Amino acid sequence: MLFPPANSRNEPPRVVITGAGIVTALGIGWNENAEGFRTGRTAFRPVTLFDVSRQRVKSAAELDLPEDLPATRLSKKLARRLDRGTKMLLLAAHEAWTQAALDLCSDIPLVCGTTSGGMSLGEEYFRQATLSPSRRRQQPTRALHYLAQTQVRFIAEALDLHGPVTIIANACASGANAIGYAYEMLCRGRADRALVGGYDALSLLVFSGFDSLQTLSPTGCRPFDVDRDGLTLGEGAAVMALETLESAQGRHAAILGEIIGYGAAIDRHHLTQPHPEGDAALETMTAACAAAGINAAEVDYVNAHGTGTLLNDSAEATAINRWGGDHAANLSVSSTKANVGHLLGAAGAVEAVVCLITLREQWLPPQVTMKNPDPVCRFPMVRQPTNARVNIALSNSFGFGGANATLILRRWT
Amino acid sequence: MSGIYVCGVGAVSPAGWGVLPLRAALSKGVSLPAKPISRPGWERPLLIREVPVPSPRPAFFAHPRLRRASPITLYAAGAGLEALESAAATGAAQPAKLGLVICILAGCIQYSYRFFDETLKDPVTASPLLFPETVFNAPASHLAALLERPPLTYTLLGDPATFLQGLALGADWLLEERVEGCLVVGAEETNWLLADVLWHFDHSAVLAGGAGAIYLTRSPGESAGVKMSLITDAQCYTTRQSRAQAAQKMRCTLPVGAPDELLCDSTQARPHADAAERAAWSDWAGERLSPKAVLGEGLMAAGAWQCVAACDALAGQHFRAANISIVGANQQAIGARFVRSGG
Repeated sequence: MLFPPANSRNEPPRVVITGAGIVTALGIGWNENAEGFRTGRTAFRPVTLFDVSRQRVKSAAELDLPEDLPATRLSKKLARRLDRGTKMLLLAAHEAWTQAALDLCSDIPLVCGTTSGGMSLGEEYFRQATLSPSRRRQQPTRALHYLAQTQVRFIAEALDLHGPVTIIANACASGANAIGYAYEMLCRGRADRALVGGYDALSLLVFSGFDSLQTLSPTGCRPFDVDRDGLTLGEGAAVMALETLESAQGRHAAILGEIIGYGAAIDRHHLTQPHPEGDAALETMTAACAAAGINAAEVDYVNAHGTGTLLNDSAEATAINRWGGDHAANLSVSSTKANVGHLLGAAGAVEAVVCLITLREQWLPPQVTMKNPDPVCRFPMVRQPTNARVNIALSNSFGFGGANATLILRRWT
Repeated sequence: MSGIYVCGVGAVSPAGWGVLPLRAALSKGVSLPAKPISRPGWERPLLIREVPVPSPRPAFFAHPRLRRASPITLYAAGAGLEALESAAATGAAQPAKLGLVICILAGCIQYSYRFFDETLKDPVTASPLLFPETVFNAPASHLAALLERPPLTYTLLGDPATFLQGLALGADWLLEERVEGCLVVGAEETNWLLADVLWHFDHSAVLAGGAGAIYLTRSPGESAGVKMSLITDAQCYTTRQSRAQAAQKMRCTLPVGAPDELLCDSTQARPHADAAERAAWSDWAGERLSPKAVLGEGLMAAGAWQCVAACDALAGQHFRAANISIVGANQQAIGARFVRSGG
């Protein structure tokens, strides 16, 4: 039953991560991304997916999809017809599912965050409906595949998952909110396992939207740099297999890390601008810490939302300063959007997986392109590849419309 | 375990702004007139059922965040405010912490259409005012700003059964005492492009816009006389479970039914589309109400209208209990049960 819930346990279970998959412009899978983020490689290049000749900005972190997708229950024909976003999600989900060895577990909820679903298919539908209205060919398929629930259902079909599907569209916090939603679902005892993540592919409408707002950087994404002038868009997906500790141990699954806290809040200040003092960001970081039973001094690394826009970064820096207090001077902070751009609905999930990788491999992802940190940052930015002892990592995600979310992950030893 | 109560309902539909016109239209049981809408390149127009322009103009339209908002936001706000006002009218306290869950299938289609049209003509002239309104969670953001209170706001995407997932999420927040009240809204808007999409799947379907809202609390004293009794598991459509099987499985989770109970279903007098749901409920002994047959294919709004209509009927003491059946188009079948409470 979705309601009423089964009698809750006295103590919420611990929620661990037993699988992770990641797809960004740095590469496909854990290893390629780990190496890219560890060395601070950037993945921006001219956009080739659509015409940007009349746009103010012409680059993004576009990724190269492999010719073949992993073998799943989807037919090759259907797999070929999937749109970019679904292919990315499938690659990430397959990696997480394989790593977690969930092949014998089918009744698994699937929770995904996205901002635009199959937008490129929606664009094709629009073009044909307006430019060649008498042509109907492919239009029903485009309409159907445009829907996020269809895309996520393809993942369920591919991996033979029969659990409920939930799709969260809280703008750029969608991926983090999806992980938080699944984490809470497991804490409530509604499921023992969940596959959860976020995805978004580059599309003309979204690219034009950010360009029209003049939030895209003409010079390159440099979060928290005093000379920053905007964000750069990217695309990708990340998926985690979450599991109660009892379930993971019961099937002798390898545990990669633990989610220990989640906080969500709404910033009502403006549709596209954060509160200048970062009130909602402070609220989510504080709430996540309270849920985790830790304080800021115990956090070793903050993966900031850090889009590279003037307003976001100053508000977030202020919030981190307020949240960290005296400890802020000791916090290691970076934004991996400097490497792979802003992945919108995928951002929160990708950045959570980056945190997991840092916890597993004990290094901090640097922003090697940063030149002059904004003086508002009272915390040290990670600017060079750095090996470090990382026990707890915090990831911020803030979205259009004021959806804010914070996740806290702990190293599993 | 404490219960979850329906404390207020609100609706915006082709029948008008409010639950009263919705109730009147459903009690007549006659399909509302549809309006032709032209489709470029086609001689035959499509049919839609639009929300009428409200008269007088609601005061909230002048809120700074809503002045340029798309219709879906205005519909969501209209239904949401009515639900909260109807709760206040029955003596419910203003919650200090209000949760907000907005459920959407197509979303802000009008501004998306306009913005993409401008982009294709020349991206340089595409309006920066339009783009933020195209984002799925724009209605949630505007409504949160209007209500000033929500500490928690989620936007869920999916087919119309997702509205019941939204109610379950709101109930979870209430049971965990993270909020004192939770407003769950399903909303959609119309334009020719979305009507064109629908036409590809069913030439006789009539697209409709609007919103429905349910305000939940834990306090039986604040109840409008309706308790949320259960929401079934989500029965997803897969290669192993057809839509008909999912509908049947959902139906089996709900009580058999009695003559003094209501079934509020998602059929719309279109035999092919309704077949799975009709088969699942072929044994139903009580009365039936099919809002979509009167109002049209309101997508997520229709899922919300079903719940609003059922709760309204229970509050009016016409029935002892009401079952909701939502057999979504391409994702899942979910059912729910509301019962009359003594509050």
